[in-house]
Amino acid sequence: MSAIFAASTLVDYFDGLTISPFGWEINEGWALVIAALIHVFVLVNVFALIPLFFIWLERKVSGRIQDRLGPTRVGGRFGWLQGLADGIKLIQKEDLVPKAADSMLFRVAPYIACIAVFGTFMVLPFSDGWVAVAADVGLFLLVAILSLEVLGIILAGYCSGSKWSLYGGMREAAQMVSYEIPLAICALVPIVAVGTLNLGEISRMQSGWFFSNWLIFNNPFTFIAFFVYFTVATAGCKRAPFDLAEAESELVGGFHTEYSGMRWSFFFMAEYAAMFVVSGVAAILFLGGWHTGIGWIDQAFDSLRISAAGQDGFVLSCYFANVIGMVVFVIKASLLVFVQIWVRWTLPRLRIDQVMMTCLKYLIPISCFLFLGAVLWPILLLSTLDRTTVFSEPLGEKVPRRQPVASVPAPSANQDVTHRQNSISDRPSQRVTAKPEGDDRR
Amino acid sequence: MDVELNHYLFVGAVLFVSGIVCMATKRNAIGVLMGVELVLNGANVNFVAFSRYTPLGIDGQIVSLFVIVLAAAEAAVALAIALSFYNNHLTIDVDRGDELQG
Amino acid sequence: MTGERFLFLLFALATCGGALGVVISQNVVRMAFSLVIALGSTSGLFFLLHADFVAATQLLIYVGGTLVLLIFGIMLTASGPYVRIKTSPADLFLAAGVGFLVLFMIVGTVMDVDWEQASIKLTGRAIAEKPIGYNELGQGNTARTIALGLIGSRPDKDLGQPAEKGLSTGYLLPFEIVSVHLLVVLIGAAYLARARRRVDSSADS
Repeated sequence: MSAIFAASTLVDYFDGLTISPFGWEINEGWALVIAALIHVFVLVNVFALIPLFFIWLERKVSGRIQDRLGPTRVGGRFGWLQGLADGIKLIQKEDLVPKAADSMLFRVAPYIACIAVFGTFMVLPFSDGWVAVAADVGLFLLVAILSLEVLGIILAGYCSGSKWSLYGGMREAAQMVSYEIPLAICALVPIVAVGTLNLGEISRMQSGWFFSNWLIFNNPFTFIAFFVYFTVATAGCKRAPFDLAEAESELVGGFHTEYSGMRWSFFFMAEYAAMFVVSGVAAILFLGGWHTGIGWIDQAFDSLRISAAGQDGFVLSCYFANVIGMVVFVIKASLLVFVQIWVRWTLPRLRIDQVMMTCLKYLIPISCFLFLGAVLWPILLLSTLDRTTVFSEPLGEKVPRRQPVASVPAPSANQDVTHRQNSISDRPSQRVTAKPEGDDRR
Repeated sequence: MDVELNHYLFVGAVLFVSGIVCMATKRNAIGVLMGVELVLNGANVNFVAFSRYTPLGIDGQIVSLFVIVLAAAEAAVALAIALSFYNNHLTIDVDRGDELQG
Repeated sequence: MTGERFLFLLFALATCGGALGVVISQNVVRMAFSLVIALGSTSGLFFLLHADFVAATQLLIYVGGTLVLLIFGIMLTASGPYVRIKTSPADLFLAAGVGFLVLFMIVGTVMDVDWEQASIKLTGRAIAEKPIGYNELGQGNTARTIALGLIGSRPDKDLGQPAEKGLSTGYLLPFEIVSVHLLVVLIGAAYLARARRRVDSSADS
């Protein structure tokens, strides 16, 4: 099976399994619960380890940029375990709740921010089929859940009972809410080129040589859109140079002034995980997802996955291909996070009015123009070159529909049928959800 | 026992009634606004439930999309009015808006 | 107790609890938080009803947009961190009574209706028939169908029908109207809420 952690395969494994020596049988409902719990466990670990790694990376990179070493003591010469040491320190701190704060909402706010960012991991595919919920509206759902983080920030700022928090929270919320608009529009620019919101399918379409398949090189508008998206995503994650609302020299701490210990660390787990998620989305939408970008390697891995598609059980070669895919994806996302860290320690901070002006007066019109250009590009190509994409075959033909859906007409018969199209169409439909559904899921 | 249409309609009814009680009793203008949001959401739950359980089909979901969008627009205007009220009366209590009371 | 029933109970209790929390709470920030819970659980109910696109829209626009707007409004108008404007107990009792009466009326009517008969009378199709456009293969993959409906094409109704029936109308005109409506409304709201001086200095109200 190409998707070892897909919910359907886990459910098939657990359904009807008899636990000896008690002789209990697991029925489908409980099999779904166990599959969901396994997914949650894996994602919680990923969500917890990412900040650990990136905090270490930030300290090392910032140290090197500032001509010093960074952590060098905890865990060997490079200070690998510095994040763990920080975590232990934060856990044993006193749990303060200011007297002027609204006690319940003050406590709840970090969890809202964390839940919002953690929820986006549900739809983020780490490799082919390695996604918790393969939703057809994946990108839309991701942007929607990510937009809930603002509520945590606002509640934290308002319910802390201090004026630094209030000002910081309001500025932060205004910034995040404003930057969601160009984020969504720039994320839509490659979607217009591809035609599906499903992040897994978008990545599958980008296998092959990078200059002809990666969406960043598809048309000039997606090329510019990548840089605009990356800027906007950095701003949306409240990272410098857009971090006025939480910078220590400006507002003490902004919305997290009154938070200490583990509550503070929840906000920062959410921030680093959000950086990873938006970088992961950039990697999927623009940089080829889990594909290496080298033609023959991608073809080899694709053939491994296809040959395993019809087989039941654990296929080592396909699993190996998917592990490599996951490593490639994580490396791409981490490189983009590294660029975000690098930018933070290089550029000076923008004032809050400059931040808002950049978004409302410059980035939104630019994103709208890019969206319009991306929509008109195939028409322009059709009228001049008589094809809809410059490099590869039309993207709608690269990933065939699995079965013709009742509400959409099947593709017409006179299209070029590539070998990729033939073979992938044999792969079973993997609608993997943790939602229990009584009827057939295929 | 399966989840049936009536169960979802009950949830929609509870949302709707909470909304109108909220609109009737709250003195904070923004509280009244929250009541309006609850009413619209009750209607949305009904629409999508009918879309799933009856031959209504995708129409119910498209209409609920329109309801969501229009509710957002109406919340913006209502908030602008509430802010104007606050700027003029220096309080958000709607019981203070009684200049036209005969 | 199947999984669907359990999830429905969870989301329904959260929705109703949040809605009742909005009604009962006296602190406006707590009301906003209860409303967040209510609307977020409504989005969960939409996911259970196989309406993925609508559920994501609800999260993005209602919870992530309208509620943020409401909370900004609360922050700008609350004159202290714990503003409590109380309603008198008599009003509360009356409102609760009327509320329960309306609830019983609505629920009683709903439970009384025979949905099968109504469906056959109104649309000529049995209620257990799959709805038009219901996509057996991908329940909840409604994005494409909704998008096509919004640009005016209804393949879920038209595919496979004889040619003389004609094409069903889509939702293109309402979509355009709503777009222009949104633009006008938001410009108007921004103008209404523009920064101006308080009432104690010379102001144009």
